[in-house]
Amino acid sequence: MNNVLNYIWLVPLLPLVGFLINGLGRNFLSKTLVSIIGCGVLLISFAVSVYIFMSVKSGNHEVVKLFDFISAGTLSIPFEFQVDALSSLFLLIITGVGFLIHLYSTAYMHEESNAHFARYFAYLNLFIFSMLLLVLGGNYVIMFIGWEGVGLCSYLLIGYWFKNTDYNNAARKAFIMNRIGDLGFLLAVFWMIQQFGSTSFGEVFSKANGISVAVLTGITLLLFVGATGKSAQIPLYTWLPDAMAGPTPVSALIHAATMVTAGIYMIARSNVLYTLAPVSQSVVAIVGLATAILAATIAIKQNDIKKVLAYSTVSQLGYMFLGLGVGAYTGAVFHVMTHAFFKALLFLGAGSVIHAMHHEQDIRNMGGLKKKLPVTHLTFLLGCIAIAGIPPFSGFFSKDEILAAAYEASPVYWIIGVAGAMMTAFYMFRLYASTFLGTFRGTEKQEHHLHESPAAMTIPLIVLAVLAVMGGLVGIPKVFAENAHSLEHFLSPIFAQSEELVKKEHALDHTKEIGLMAASVILALIAIVYAVNRFSKKPELQEAEGLGKVLANKWYVDELYDAIIGKPLKAISTFFNNVIEKSGIDGFVNGIGVGVQYASRQLRLLQSGQVGSYILLMVLGTIILMIVQLFVS
Amino acid sequence: MEGLMPINYYIFLALALFCIGVVGVLTRRNAIIIFMCIELMLNAVNLLLVAFSKMHHLNVLQTNPATNVGTDAQLFVFFIMVVSAAEVSVGLAIIVMMYRNTHSIDINFLNRLKH
Repeated sequence: MNNVLNYIWLVPLLPLVGFLINGLGRNFLSKTLVSIIGCGVLLISFAVSVYIFMSVKSGNHEVVKLFDFISAGTLSIPFEFQVDALSSLFLLIITGVGFLIHLYSTAYMHEESNAHFARYFAYLNLFIFSMLLLVLGGNYVIMFIGWEGVGLCSYLLIGYWFKNTDYNNAARKAFIMNRIGDLGFLLAVFWMIQQFGSTSFGEVFSKANGISVAVLTGITLLLFVGATGKSAQIPLYTWLPDAMAGPTPVSALIHAATMVTAGIYMIARSNVLYTLAPVSQSVVAIVGLATAILAATIAIKQNDIKKVLAYSTVSQLGYMFLGLGVGAYTGAVFHVMTHAFFKALLFLGAGSVIHAMHHEQDIRNMGGLKKKLPVTHLTFLLGCIAIAGIPPFSGFFSKDEILAAAYEASPVYWIIGVAGAMMTAFYMFRLYASTFLGTFRGTEKQEHHLHESPAAMTIPLIVLAVLAVMGGLVGIPKVFAENAHSLEHFLSPIFAQSEELVKKEHALDHTKEIGLMAASVILALIAIVYAVNRFSKKPELQEAEGLGKVLANKWYVDELYDAIIGKPLKAISTFFNNVIEKSGIDGFVNGIGVGVQYASRQLRLLQSGQVGSYILLMVLGTIILMIVQLFVS
Repeated sequence: MEGLMPINYYIFLALALFCIGVVGVLTRRNAIIIFMCIELMLNAVNLLLVAFSKMHHLNVLQTNPATNVGTDAQLFVFFIMVVSAAEVSVGLAIIVMMYRNTHSIDINFLNRLKH
């Protein structure tokens, strides 16, 4: 039988073809054609991914080598795809959620002109291509190509409306923040080549045992620096909330469901290295937890519907890193999956609201949208319940798995984690109540125009809502049913080596685990009831004061960065520009010019035009040559 | 070899002629005089060439009476004379043209090269 995995190159190739057609033909193709091409390539990609996923599920996995990419001396880096449980799962998420968001975009972006519409879809397809390259890459270099590609597409799409200076600044901020992280990733790859002589996953992981812990800690910490950039963790998270400048489907696709989970994918892929470097693991866990709690506090006081969701994303990514840090790799990947469902749903729901409100994003001007937007309302509510972690919705299972593992590592992690989860429930329902409950607070014109979005937008919402509700059922914990955690079973080959190294016995007994679950669910419910009661009748309209003001201003982190990095950097650049450049470099360059001019003005006098003086000089020269000839040699 | 002048005298004479030529070229402004001085230098060199050639030929004759080694430089001098005669005709033509244009043969008028 022909091995289906050999057709894996089709999956990333199709979006690339879509990108080329839409990008090059943006001036001739009609919107309908662009939509068909943009969505069509992804649908086929998704179909192939499902086929491959099925094949992997039946125990098929391999490294598909396409061609030699870099070959220098003993170092050989092939262009290879690693097809196994982890990458095939990500394939499904990327192409599946990606297709839904493409479909949604056809309606959301319909007001754009033909060329810009095609440009949007070209970027989106290029993004999917890069993301697929990232998760399929069979070594760190191919992964890095995808890693940079998604960064570029993120930049292009955040700055999609490039006539707005603020949006361009947001795009640049995202790109620069990502570059800082990418440098860490790149250094890690160099170090890896020096230590292992290879970057292929299989080879690196099998040799990892023989490398000193200090070196592994260094490599993994550098990789983690890369992850903090791409996945918006402290200290590089500030770009993600600003990235909301892009179109809402972009926020859903890139800044919630796929790109920002690249860091989690990378660490889950490198789980062996992290398991062997416990210090790095602790760093990952602590940074993840700190981000989760910090972003959750900021989200409480935000009034922009997309900003709340952005901080919520940062916070949920923090949970995933907590999961990775405490060794719950399956839990983290599980949370990536469920988060992709419900956060894409929430962003698309927010997009539907913004669409209906004619680009109004401030929740203080919304309210009472429940009747006008029934489908959006219902799906958004389901998303909120899912992210708040109420059983049996998907968020509950994945978050609980991470929190249970965190409790095993340290009860302190669990307490902080649950506090964060409670805040999550609170701010999500504050958002829900302010937007959909109560009375409408916008202008009469807006109220008159309120309408439910077209089918191309509601269908993805419904599909994602179903996934957000049911998605958790692939990972039912052992407490409820033995062997029902099919995701863990599916992913076990990826994390087998780490499991072997740790050999942890599950100390948490069942009654205790159920107790912890109940505690977190009850706390989340209390937060929900409180938030709905408080904000449905009289939402926060006035400016926040005291601590609330600090939160509304995001802990002044941007201002802090500006003060400790931005301003000194600017001062140094000004100094270099005014002093070093103008006096030093310019002085040197101009000095040479002036010197040459002066010298030539003097030399010019020799050329008097007097034939006699020329002859005199010639004779003198001859005499000098004769003297040299006679006496010197 | 008795009765023949030593080579030194030829050398000193040629050197003296050559120096007179050089000084003449450097100090005089009349183009024709300069031209004559150039001819003087040329003939100083010719004289030296003939003198050395003759000396060399006589040295070789003592070992080999049938040789004609060293005579070629004497022939060469004739060629130089022919070439210099041709050169003189060109040079004099230039001087005539110069006189027609400037009504002078003072070379200090020939400083237009610098413009």
